[in-house]
Amino acid sequence: MDAIAVDGLRKRYGEVQALDGVSFAVGEGEVFALLGPNGAGKSTTVRVLVTLTHADEGTAAVAGHDVRREQNAVRRAIGYVPQDSGVDQYGTGRENLMLQGRVQGMSGRDLRSRADHLLDLVGISDAADRIVKNYSGGMRRRLDIALGLVHRPRVLFLDEPTTGLDPEARVAMWAEVSRLAVAESLTILLTTHYLEEADQLAGRLAIVSRGKIVVEGTPADLKAGLRGDAVHIELTNGALDEAQRVLVGVGAKPEQVIDGRTIVSRVENGGRALPGIISALDGAGIPVASVSLSRPSLDDVYLHFTGREFSSEDRGE
Amino acid sequence: MTLLRHTWFMTTRQARNLMREPIWIVLLLVQPMVWLVLYGQLFRNVTRLGGFGTSSYITFLAPAIVVMNAFFGATWSGMSMIADLDHKVIERFLATPASRFAIVLSQIVRSALTAAIQALIILLVSLALGVRVHTGVLGWLVIIIAAILVNSAFAGVSQAIALLTRREATMIAVANFIGLPLLFLSTTMIARSQMPGWMQTAARFNPVDWGVRAAREVVLPGTSWGTVALYLALLLALSAVTAAWATTTFRSYQRSL
Ligand SMILES: Nc1ncnc2c1ncn2[C@@H]1O[C@H](COP(=O)(O)OP(=O)(O)OP(=O)(O)O)[C@@H](O)[C@H]1O
Ligand SMILES: [Mg+2]
Repeated sequence: MDAIAVDGLRKRYGEVQALDGVSFAVGEGEVFALLGPNGAGKSTTVRVLVTLTHADEGTAAVAGHDVRREQNAVRRAIGYVPQDSGVDQYGTGRENLMLQGRVQGMSGRDLRSRADHLLDLVGISDAADRIVKNYSGGMRRRLDIALGLVHRPRVLFLDEPTTGLDPEARVAMWAEVSRLAVAESLTILLTTHYLEEADQLAGRLAIVSRGKIVVEGTPADLKAGLRGDAVHIELTNGALDEAQRVLVGVGAKPEQVIDGRTIVSRVENGGRALPGIISALDGAGIPVASVSLSRPSLDDVYLHFTGREFSSEDRGE
Repeated sequence: MTLLRHTWFMTTRQARNLMREPIWIVLLLVQPMVWLVLYGQLFRNVTRLGGFGTSSYITFLAPAIVVMNAFFGATWSGMSMIADLDHKVIERFLATPASRFAIVLSQIVRSALTAAIQALIILLVSLALGVRVHTGVLGWLVIIIAAILVNSAFAGVSQAIALLTRREATMIAVANFIGLPLLFLSTTMIARSQMPGWMQTAARFNPVDWGVRAAREVVLPGTSWGTVALYLALLLALSAVTAAWATTTFRSYQRSL
């Protein structure tokens, strides 16, 4: 049985079609990533799955329970780490954990030792009895994750777990999430803007764009699906149309144009095609600032399916 | 059972957070103290008009100021809910089996606890100003209970408004909009017989006035315990209704998510 089964979710906020027919399934013990730009509908999908809101259409089940009809069963089975921290700033880290455990039906020694264990696990034992208001952003994020884990959920939802962490802490968190997935035999659904994050953590991922899943698969499959190498040609001035014509002529059909001056083409064998491309552009008198060649990466997958570069703008930085 | 346990957990959190910033309980007392001392002095001679049941205006005023303070405090109680909404604490709880009613109730208890502590302080100051409660310790208890009940009745409304509007500015507007009218349409500062007829009628339906009457009844001689019980029961029923209403407004909040 699938840990998460989502079928045809649609949801509208006023004029915005936040979800436009989202379907996917996540098997037990899998780590699955939803990847996509701002406003793609990642958080909305998660909020539907954790019973915070209802979809207008479609069905979803988590841990075998319908998110609409068996809300409390779902809530007991899941841990939810929201995009925006939901900690009580005026309590200590430990108090936050204890309350979360209690409303999840835990008590006594079991809860106390679980809280100790988690505080240790996420590395905030030293700050456990300090008021959260004085925590750093990273410490707060760690507490968020501990809060999601306290009652030993079967399915964990992580909405942008590493946003706001420094690169070092981010890598540490990746290691942690991977370890947890195994140690707690968790099914994890995470959303992210970071391609490396999905590549690192997820066994499978889906790229979401404008409320739809545009492609889904393992990182390796998705990369393999893009045959050939990507050639990035950056022009010094805007002779864009002419350059595109030249490229078509040498069998390097442009796929995308980034920022109005970098053309991306896909060719069977980059190493062999490159000299021809350069001399053809040269012959046509088109000045080239740089040319680079890359094996398919998730970046290319992303670009290919969402029609836009995965720029830092998308990362909300 | 779950409801009681969850209410206890949530209330513990609220009480703890409240006690971490006890300064607010005292700062918020400045206003009622000003009313008590200044009005008490200013209208000292108003009791000559008759119908006050005492010649000491401050004795007439003190129990009503306790209730008024509890009422004003209640109109702000939604602010604490809005803070929790803004900090996404509520969103986190809503994704757990936490009882919605317990979440609302804990906010109301927080507010009522503040009102009870303030009531005690105002009563002690009144005592220093020469106010004597005719029925003694039992009377003090009744006044504090009246304060708690008036507070919870209106805190429920304030919580509902917080969940419906989710905006501080709206909360402030509503608090101001209902605050002074309900105060003046009551016998807080003036004897019933000195009010115009229509105001007397309006006061009859004003829950603030129910609290004022219950509290004043035990301060002045000739206490009718039946009257006290009636008003307290009315306030208790109203509190139950407003708390239940506030709980249903969670649905409106969830629709916004
Ligand atoms: N509560 C809401 N009310 C109104 N519109 C909303 C609400 N939540 C989301 N939306 C809209 O729905 C769309 C999808 O939002 P969502 O938060 O799911 O995106 P996201 O993929 O999580 O983006 P981000 O990466 O920025 O977190 C956006 O256009 C957003 O403005
Ligand atoms: Mg989001």
